[in-house]
Amino acid sequence: MLKVTGCSETVQEICSPISALLQRDVNGADTMMIAVASGKGGTGKTTVATNLARVSETEIYLLDCDVEEPNDHLFLKGELKREVKVNMPVPTVDTSLCNGCGECSRLCAFHAIVSIGTHPLVFPELCHGCGGCVKICPTGAISESPREIGTVSTYQADHVVLIEGRLTVGVSLAPPVIRAVRDRIPPGKTVILDAPPGTSCPVVASVRDADILLLVTEPTPFGLNDLKLAIAMARELSVPHGVLINRVGVGDSRVHDYCQGEGISILAEIPDDRRIAETYSTGAMVIDTLPEYRAIFQTLLNDLLTGSFGIRKAT
Amino acid sequence: MKIALPTTEKDLDSPLDSRFGRTSYFLIYDTEGEIFRIVDNQQILNSPQGAGIQAAENLAREKIDCLITVHCGPKAYRVLSAAGIKVFHTDESSVRMALEAWKNGKLTEADSANVEGHWV
Repeated sequence: MLKVTGCSETVQEICSPISALLQRDVNGADTMMIAVASGKGGTGKTTVATNLARVSETEIYLLDCDVEEPNDHLFLKGELKREVKVNMPVPTVDTSLCNGCGECSRLCAFHAIVSIGTHPLVFPELCHGCGGCVKICPTGAISESPREIGTVSTYQADHVVLIEGRLTVGVSLAPPVIRAVRDRIPPGKTVILDAPPGTSCPVVASVRDADILLLVTEPTPFGLNDLKLAIAMARELSVPHGVLINRVGVGDSRVHDYCQGEGISILAEIPDDRRIAETYSTGAMVIDTLPEYRAIFQTLLNDLLTGSFGIRKAT
Repeated sequence: MKIALPTTEKDLDSPLDSRFGRTSYFLIYDTEGEIFRIVDNQQILNSPQGAGIQAAENLAREKIDCLITVHCGPKAYRVLSAAGIKVFHTDESSVRMALEAWKNGKLTEADSANVEGHWV
């Protein structure tokens, strides 16, 4: 699955996303992954993820899986160590071998390869890289060539190793780039994963098989509505989960009531404090600028890593 | 000659559907005998991606000679071209008026898509 060429700084990686997903041995028993996600956007995932990583006193990996708009690097300000292109294999047709049978077209669920009694037309932007057309072609006319869909960059910021996924502009397939980010975690590491907002495919690709899922929400009707969706996703994926309520003081008590009623642990609360937003807007870290909040993140990280909440690492 | 037009309803006075791939129906008009029939596009309308491509494939299977449409995107246009289906753009409001304009030579054949494609 992995082909490496070129110098050590820039390597080309060819991933076969769907087969890679089926075969992957996701974070092994010795890796500890805490995923930070939220149904609603703008609740504080990045604030929580970056500060949790920063407050750690030992080496920790921070994965920015919000590949449509990664921004953890703005806060960590690390040194770029490595950049890897993520490629998707897309079909190329040798028309001299093609007999126009249309088998590839009938197989492709995504209409990325289309034959109307002719040599097939290929639409790389619709291709999910499954390789099915290559296998089914009776004349061996189809081969695969790489299409760049994203970049994975590794930064070092003190003890934080930041691995950032970035989707190429114009590409809509976030999950393969997210999986490429996750594939770069060496075994045995402690990992904080900053997930994209929502509950759709990119989020599932990010939080699947996390040891603990920390759902960040705010005590508003919007926060509650989207928290319920995120909880439903976590239950469907069987990922151990708890809630962090941010901006406590705005809105009402319905998020607290919901969590209590459903038996969902509230792992931490951060008050509504304008200074936190001001800090964020300058690209600074809360625990550096407002040291009184350091203890919240320190305690949360320790509790998550030691299982103090009764939320144990997934097995 | 068989002509396809995307429509929102099922007769000659139907408004043209401004969408091609996600039109409700196609009205297939046969200039021989001046008869028409309706092809339901519901399944394609609801597909997650590639609606224009599938609709164009369908028209190729129907052995359509030309398409009169309000909009046509680049992926659909590629398939229509490969199938040898001529594309005419129109801003007429009904099937009947669009056919009339076509018969009177008021529509010119398109050599490209007239809207941008969707990312998926």
